[in-house]
Amino acid sequence: MSLEGLLPELAVIRKDFPILERTLAGGLPLVYLDSANTSQKPQVVIDTMVDHLERHNANIARAMHQLGAESTEAFEAARDRVAGFIGAPDRDEVIFTKNASEALNLVANTLAWAGDRQVGPGDEVVITEMEHHSNIVPWQLLTQRTGATLRWFGLTDDGRLDLSAIDELINERTKVVSLTWVSNMLGTINPIAEITRKAHAVGAIVVVDASQAAPQLPIDIAAMPAEERPDLVAFTGHKVVGPTGIGVLWGSRAVLDALPPFLGGGEMIETVRMEASTYAGIPHKFEAGTPPIVEAIGLGAAVDYLGHIGMDAIHRHEQAITGYALEGLQSVKGLTVLGPLDAASRGGAISFELDGVHPHDIAQVLDSRGVAVRAGHHCAKPAHARFGVQSSTRMSSYLYTEPREIDALVEALEYTRSYFKLD
Amino acid sequence: MTTAHGQDLDALYQEIILDHYKNPHGKGLREAHPDHTAEVHHVNPTCGDEVTLRVHLHDGVVEDVSYDAVGCSISQASASVLHDLVVGKSVDEAMEIHQEFLTLMQGKGTVEPDEDVLEDGIAFAGVAKFPARVKCALLSWMAWKDATARVSSGAVASGADGDEKA
Repeated sequence: MSLEGLLPELAVIRKDFPILERTLAGGLPLVYLDSANTSQKPQVVIDTMVDHLERHNANIARAMHQLGAESTEAFEAARDRVAGFIGAPDRDEVIFTKNASEALNLVANTLAWAGDRQVGPGDEVVITEMEHHSNIVPWQLLTQRTGATLRWFGLTDDGRLDLSAIDELINERTKVVSLTWVSNMLGTINPIAEITRKAHAVGAIVVVDASQAAPQLPIDIAAMPAEERPDLVAFTGHKVVGPTGIGVLWGSRAVLDALPPFLGGGEMIETVRMEASTYAGIPHKFEAGTPPIVEAIGLGAAVDYLGHIGMDAIHRHEQAITGYALEGLQSVKGLTVLGPLDAASRGGAISFELDGVHPHDIAQVLDSRGVAVRAGHHCAKPAHARFGVQSSTRMSSYLYTEPREIDALVEALEYTRSYFKLD
Repeated sequence: MTTAHGQDLDALYQEIILDHYKNPHGKGLREAHPDHTAEVHHVNPTCGDEVTLRVHLHDGVVEDVSYDAVGCSISQASASVLHDLVVGKSVDEAMEIHQEFLTLMQGKGTVEPDEDVLEDGIAFAGVAKFPARVKCALLSWMAWKDATARVSSGAVASGADGDEKA
């Protein structure tokens, strides 16, 4: 079957992902619909990492030999590729971290410490009710430790941010606004530009969790008008067809320079004396110790791969599959989709409930049919609580997802209903 | 379609389990006695399943186990079976049954369950082959052991915080 907006080279793209060829217990083909959890990896990422380990491995920035030079060059070239992928105004504004959680924690921790941007009693930090736990807990820790107040945007019944109180919520006491670009549970795409404009007008900095946005939306930070450009953007490598163990924090030079160092150690210093030290400039100021070198290089290959296909084309593909999935899911009796029902205003993660069957049981039955989805609270317990549910089942597609896989999901859900003898 | 995996699924979701899931025994929180009842709240942090469970002991006998729980069929059915197996037993006997169930669940599918001891609990033998689901089956059992220890040790009157991660 053919849907408008699908990647024209879909069959070729699928061949780039060796795992999609494997079969599961009972010889069933794999239907992988858990890409919002982690994406699969194309051969080029696997080969790039193997080649680096086989031929160029050495520590970076400190080894005075040929391998060291090759390794350093490859690592820094990966930074250039990531900078290009998100349209960073300056490649030195790209900080490698372990994952998005570490990137967000880097910001939330350094804001607690002495510096121009230090958060203290009387200050307010604003988040939203649809955040992943990794964009809630660091801000709870920050406000608890500093005596600041944590506030948040609530959600509307259709799973969007409730902006009705925005002028009260973002006020002269607001120091930080941190929110997700695309919800990992509801799929909602948030109005980053509008909220950033409000926050900047009161002098607050804006932190964006782009973990679900970076895989599916074209991002061009330099092209954003300054008043609508977030100050810090975090995402993780393993959801953009890269490896685990590598994440990215992009920040404007002005804000990164104003934040004190996070972890102390090798490579983040200018000079060290026993009494005190001075620090390197960005990005090294925030990269203490030997970084995840081969992971960063793998991420460079990953974003290059996505760039060759084109993020506009990938976004269109995701929208086409999401629209098709919303239609298919809603044909299943007793199934309720959580979040917006319009594919154009949402990402490719779709959480749903099925009357009479618990999400774990759904996921178990789907797995027995070769269909891999996620079940649980998806690290978004407050968002689930907002909709009065304890957990949900989530399907999530990516650039390699085919309509027939959505058909397989819908058929497996019908099978689940019959297995649990519903009706 | 019947596959090797499909048969495993039937081993997991035994009729007995689905029956307990649809008609749980002893569900609902019943009145607490200030000296003889302990209440605990256990959660499975990875999936969010929760149980609030009260144990009422009198003269060394488990007089009642009442609970309120949200979760999957395995966790719900296992609370129901727990209720059937331990209510009316001495604490010592109930602890032995608990141990037998624990051994079964941690046996990775290699333990042959004793129907005389575990009754409907033998239906959970298939669950032991699914590592991700073992915690579901054990949630209420661990809560029961915790609550029982609290009543036995007199921790009830002190109002010990019953929140515990499974």
